[in-house]
Parts: sequence; C-alpha cells; structure tokens
Amino acid sequence: MNEIVDLSLIDWSRGQFALTALYHWLFVPLTLGITFILAIMETIYYKTGNEEWKKITKFWMKVFGINFAIGVATGIILEFQFGTNWSYYSWFVGDIFGAPLAIEGIMAFFMESTFIAVMFFGWDKVSKKFHLVSTWLTAVGANLSALWILVANAWMQNPVGMKFNPDTARNEMVNFWDVFLSPMAINKFLHTITSGFVLAGVFIIGVSAWFILKKRDVLFAKKSILVASIFGFLSSLFLITTGDGSARLVALKQPMKLAAMEGLYQGKNGVGLVAFGIFSPTATDPQFPKLNDFLFKIEIPNALSYMIHLDANAFVPGVKDLINGNEKEGILSSAEKISRGKMAIETLRNYKDALTQGRKDEALQLRDKFMAKDFQDNYFKYFGYGFVKNTNELIPKISLVFYSFHIMVILGTWFLIFFILSFYFVVKGELTKQRLFLKIAIFTIPLVYLAQMAGWTVAEVGRQPWVVQDLLPTVAAVSNISASSVIVTFWLFAFIFTLLLIAEVKIMTTQIKIGPKDGGH
Amino acid sequence: MRKIVQFYIDGFKEMTLGRTLWAIILIKLFILFFVLKLFFFPNLLKKNFNNDKERSSNVIENFTKSK
Repeated sequence: MNEIVDLSLIDWSRGQFALTALYHWLFVPLTLGITFILAIMETIYYKTGNEEWKKITKFWMKVFGINFAIGVATGIILEFQFGTNWSYYSWFVGDIFGAPLAIEGIMAFFMESTFIAVMFFGWDKVSKKFHLVSTWLTAVGANLSALWILVANAWMQNPVGMKFNPDTARNEMVNFWDVFLSPMAINKFLHTITSGFVLAGVFIIGVSAWFILKKRDVLFAKKSILVASIFGFLSSLFLITTGDGSARLVALKQPMKLAAMEGLYQGKNGVGLVAFGIFSPTATDPQFPKLNDFLFKIEIPNALSYMIHLDANAFVPGVKDLINGNEKEGILSSAEKISRGKMAIETLRNYKDALTQGRKDEALQLRDKFMAKDFQDNYFKYFGYGFVKNTNELIPKISLVFYSFHIMVILGTWFLIFFILSFYFVVKGELTKQRLFLKIAIFTIPLVYLAQMAGWTVAEVGRQPWVVQDLLPTVAAVSNISASSVIVTFWLFAFIFTLLLIAEVKIMTTQIKIGPKDGGH
Repeated sequence: MRKIVQFYIDGFKEMTLGRTLWAIILIKLFILFFVLKLFFFPNLLKKNFNNDKERSSNVIENFTKSK
C-alpha cells in the first residue's frame, strides 16, 4: 500500500497528532504533580491547624482548577484521530487499546469528578479529615488515569501479551497482566508522572519567586517554595532513576532509538556517552544520507556501554549495525527482516485468498502455518518490515531525536540543581536577597515545559517509522483519506488549542496577580 | 442522597471563577463533540462498512495489496 499513500498525507496526519498531543501535554503534567503538592500542603494544614497553610493550599488549588478545566478533554481529540486518520492502526490494535482506555474513562470519571468536587466545594462543609482524604484521592486518581494511556503507549513501543488474529487482522489480548505489567509500561508510567511532579515543583517555585520579587505574600511564597523544592528534589532523583531504566529498556527493545538518541552510527565495544554535540549539515556516507557526522562532540568514554549493560566494554549497536546487520553480535540485517516481513504479509494474503475462493484445506494449512510458534517468532515478528521499501526508512530523524534527548537531559540536570538551590536559599533565609536566582526561577517555568516536549519527541520521533514497534509502520497505519481534509483539521486544532492556551495563560496570570487573598473557586 | 445533591447545588452556586471555567469546559465540549466529531472525524471503518467481517477484509486487503 506504500505506493498509493500520499506522503504528504502521512506527514500531515503525523503533524496533526503531534500538534494535538503536545498541546494536550501542556496541561497534563501540572495536574499530575500539583495535586500531590496540594495534598502535602493540606496535610501540613491538617497536622498543624495553621490557617496560613490552608490559604496556601487554597491558592494552589485554584491554580490547579484553572489548569484542569482548560485541559480537560483535550486528549479526546487524539481518540477522534484514531478512527479517522489512523483507522488501520486503530483496527490493528483495537482490543489492546480498548481495554486500558475504557478503564481510564471509568476511573477518571468516578475518582476525579467525585473527589475534585469535594476538594473545591467541601471546605467547611465536610470534615477536615474527609477533605484531606479527597485531596489525596484526587492526586492518586489523576495519576492513575494517566496510567492507562501510558500502558497503551508502552504497548506500542513494545507489543507484548497479544496474538494477531489473521481472520480479523486484529491483535487480541491474551494476557492482560503482560500488557499492564510490562517493564516498558511500568517504567513509562513512573518516568512520565515523575516528570509531571518535577514540572509542578518548578512551576510553584517560579510563581512564588514572582511574589517575592514583587515583595508580596512573601511568607506564603517561602512556604510554597519549601514544599515544592523538597518535593521537586525527591521527584528529580526518581526521574533520573526511571530515565536510566528507560534507556536500558530502549536499548533492549528499540535499539535504533537509542542509536539516534546518542548519534551512534557504528557500534563498538566500550561506547562513550555523548554529553554534548553538534551535527554537520551534510552526510558523508552515500549509503546513509540521513547520517550527518558530528562537527564536534564532548564524550564521556565507555559511559554508554556501562549505563546500558553495567559493563564498560560491552557492545552497543549503532545505526549501521542495525541496518546492515552484525553477525558477530547476532544482529539480523534489515534486508533480512524486510524479507521475512514480506513473507508474513504474503502468507496472510494467500490465506485470505484461499479462504475467499473456498479452498478450505489450503486455507486451514496456511492458517496453521501462520499461527505456528516458529512462524510467529521468526516471520510475523517482522510483519511491519514487509511494508518497508528502502532500509533508510528505518532510520528516524537523528538530529531531532539527538537534540531533543540532550535538551531533556541537560534541563533535567538543571532542575535538580535548581531544587537544591531553592531549598538552600529558603532554609538559610537568603531567598529575598537572591534576586537573580528569583528571576531565573521564573524563566525556568518555560524550560520545564520545553523539557516535557523534548521527552515526548524522543519517545515518539525516536521510534519512527513504527506506530507499533516492528509490526506496523506509519505508512500502513494511516487511512486512505485526502491530505487536504487533514490539513483543514490541523489548522482547526491549531486555532482551538491556541485559544485554549491563551485562555489558560490569561486566567492563570490574572488569578496569580490577585494572589492568595480569598482562595475562592 | 438529597444531602449529596444539595452539596453540589451549593457548590455550583457559590462558584466565582468556577463559572468562567465551566463556561470554557462546556463550549469546548460542544466544539469537540458537536462540531469536530460530527463533521470532521467520522470513524471511517465504522462508517464505510456494515460489519466487522467487512472491516477485517478491508484492513487485510490494504495490508496485503502492496506486492
């Protein structure tokens, strides 16, 4: 089907999905993190009975409410796109995606809507204890509702716990727990929610810094920074740990993505970690027009091998090993994978033809062949490669993945330092004197959003051309619709989301300027 | 039950900023479900085929017709 799909259709469909996912993600991480910070603040109020903490909790609760209200349901647009722009993908994964998303919907509705109502309406109407429990359950519910979509995403990065049914062309879940508890799913969930915790910590410190610079509500701001800096620091440590785990899993399940993240073209033993690098604008190897050499790079010797395999001399494959194969390291060439993928597609077609033409015995034989373990492990495993025409299609956009990854890591390191400094200054009572740091704190807010976007770019661009790793490339997943209709809806979304973002920023800044006076909702 | 309903009624009545936020939520939901979903985002396989058998055939046809 590659020949008949308009390439601009694929690009616009991908662009539309990226646009809506990234806009949606502008709202989500603050909700994930701030709800826990609210719960901690309210717990302090509950324990101490200090009304100042109630005022602080109510102010940040209002900020959470604005973010939640503007962001709620923006993710539903992604599901609309599945049915229209990505109908073949949607059909192919149906069963696997259906269950987690249904659970997400039910859970989000019952947990969040119930307890959020108590959080906002329940001050002075329910007991302090019940209110506190509701705030904690809102935090848990918000994070759990993110769990299911992340489980679904992890399955796309590492499809497990399913069997492809050649009669329906759908993957059917055979083991829910394999899907739900796959290391990729657990790691993705933990890494993603802790990144939200870090974002919320930075956000609260940044906004509080503004109050201190304006010499307004200084005590409120300092108390907020104290909680946010401790919470952010602990979250940062956890984020680094899960990031490390994530890189190991990527090395195992998506080695091409890891090679792109590190700009590693030729694999070897004892590979260094590129701490920083700039690509040249041109490629030197005619076989690999996507591989631009480094103009310069700063490398930590052997560090990548050690991080991935805990062995400083271990082999890590590069892009060229993954394309050309490496017999010594047991890496199959992409040409061989393409050949096996084509065999899987051909067998599926022959089975379908035999079935529709009434050749029942032949159909039965072909079905048995298709479902045999050997065929599944050695041919169907590479089903998606059968759609690939040129091995260079298997290489993602290296520079985008590399720079995004390094932006994320460098900023992540800065956030850790930032939390330590915030904590130090507030505990030492020097915060009001540190005007430069307070200004930097405000400017760190957009940086933490940038880090979020960079992280998702690594995860999603880095796994191209796959929608479902090794099984379904974008070219086979996209619907046969006109590119112009996708372009129209792309701009519609861009318009609507920009309006929502303007509304968010305007309402948020107005309420922040009012400050923690009444804390009403 | 009446207490719970009253709790929600009182909560909504006492809202200040919440009224604006609810207005945004409702307008957004209207645009999403009654404009975008209805006019721009049909479920293609559901719309174009009558049953799952036809849908499966179409998907397999698309997956296998490249050779």
